[in-house]
Amino acid sequence: MVSIIGYPFSERVPEWRNGVGVQGTVLVKRGFAHMLKHGVVMDVTNVEQAQIAEDAGAVAVMVLDKLPYDVRKAGGVARTASLRIIEDVMDHITIPVMAKCRIGHTYEAEVLQAIGVDMIDESEVLTPADDQRHIWKWSFKTPFVNGARSLGEALRRIEEGAAMIRTKGEPGTGNVAEAVKHFRLIKKELADVRALYLEGDYQELMLRAREMQVSLELVVETARLNRLPVVNFAAGGIATPADAAEMMKLGADGIFVGSGIFKSRDPFERARAIVEATSFYDEPEVVAEVQKSVDETKSMEGLDENTMVFKMQERGPN
Amino acid sequence: MEAWERAADVLGIQADVVIVKQPNQLEGLTAISIPGGESTVIGSLAENSKLLEKLKEGVLNGLPALGTCAGMILLSKKSRDSVVGEKKQPLLGVLDVDVERNHFGRQPDSFERDLSIPVLGEKPYRGVFIRAPIIKQVGQGVEVLAKIEEGIVAVRQANIVATSFHPELSDDPRLHVYFLKQVANV
Repeated sequence: MVSIIGYPFSERVPEWRNGVGVQGTVLVKRGFAHMLKHGVVMDVTNVEQAQIAEDAGAVAVMVLDKLPYDVRKAGGVARTASLRIIEDVMDHITIPVMAKCRIGHTYEAEVLQAIGVDMIDESEVLTPADDQRHIWKWSFKTPFVNGARSLGEALRRIEEGAAMIRTKGEPGTGNVAEAVKHFRLIKKELADVRALYLEGDYQELMLRAREMQVSLELVVETARLNRLPVVNFAAGGIATPADAAEMMKLGADGIFVGSGIFKSRDPFERARAIVEATSFYDEPEVVAEVQKSVDETKSMEGLDENTMVFKMQERGPN
Repeated sequence: MEAWERAADVLGIQADVVIVKQPNQLEGLTAISIPGGESTVIGSLAENSKLLEKLKEGVLNGLPALGTCAGMILLSKKSRDSVVGEKKQPLLGVLDVDVERNHFGRQPDSFERDLSIPVLGEKPYRGVFIRAPIIKQVGQGVEVLAKIEEGIVAVRQANIVATSFHPELSDDPRLHVYFLKQVANV
């Protein structure tokens, strides 16, 4: 599949040879994200939750020290999860295991790679470690996922080596509104560059590339594909099956659920229902059926903007 | 889907590529492909919607099937995970092979490499192995299409073709063309 081979970045990737095979290529990294499409990645904090997630049909789990909702409550500095817990999760489930590191904290990512996690999320849910730079992700064999609120932000992360993008949304709030906003904006900006590409207006595309602070090649490639060159998931505030279906309907390739499952009082039913709603998003009868299996009085408590101390989506360098 | 369209182009035929999520969508298919993903997820969703049962019936009655990575695991009779061991997961059980999931390790160990697949000709085929499974044992009537140092990575059993790697991720249409021409008789 030509679209994920990774032009024009192949030269930025070190060659990791292993006998006849080559590891950590752009295709191998982006291909991994590709295999998660139409699936749900669930935040978990221990083995028990990871097992619930796997049994419910999660396509991967994301191990954190605290769920985003609790990160907000606890305040202080949020760091990567205990390595022992991550390893424990890896030993007990068969689906991929991801973990978060702080934005710009290259060494936190190094230790996650050393213990063998399947994907690293350089995440604004944790306290950013560098206000100037994100991690240079090309030097890692392990693929990365990054958050984005706009096309420019997504392309900047891809240019640094991200193999997957997710909308930022506003994590830990149970409010899907910010994820919708970011997803719509990315779609609109994509449509704009696509139109310029079809008109053959490369000069305007170059101006857009400068505005977005990314290379012209990446903008042109994105416009040619008429989509991000990596898988694009929705994240941040998804709490119900209908939330997940709504994001899929908007064009998301899949869903991340953070606090929405294990901050609810019906985690197993909800996890399963969100998986079904994500897969059958184009069949409202199926989504209605699974939405019946969750109880709105058991949904996580929402958090409105006025009572929020800080916005996670605004953390870290642009 | 792109991979199928490209293969149809090579063969000079018109193909309708559709996504199958419900049992009734199986009707009238020329062939089916079960692509990569997580076998536990595909299996449990398909079991719930009764798709698994219908699919098994179809493949047993001769519907040509191509299973890649997770798809190969689903087609197999027996599967175990390299770390976790036996795991209860819904399988179609139509392909007479024993499969080990995640044989090569976790994602950092995923790789691409050239393969020799005689039925595709002399030119090497680039195989993309992502948290890939391997075939530990094959039953009678299973033809080995490709083998590497670690074990068997592609097989055919009558109307079924299965691979450890992801032909849908490489830009070489030969495997899909082989499947359509030789197995599905298109």
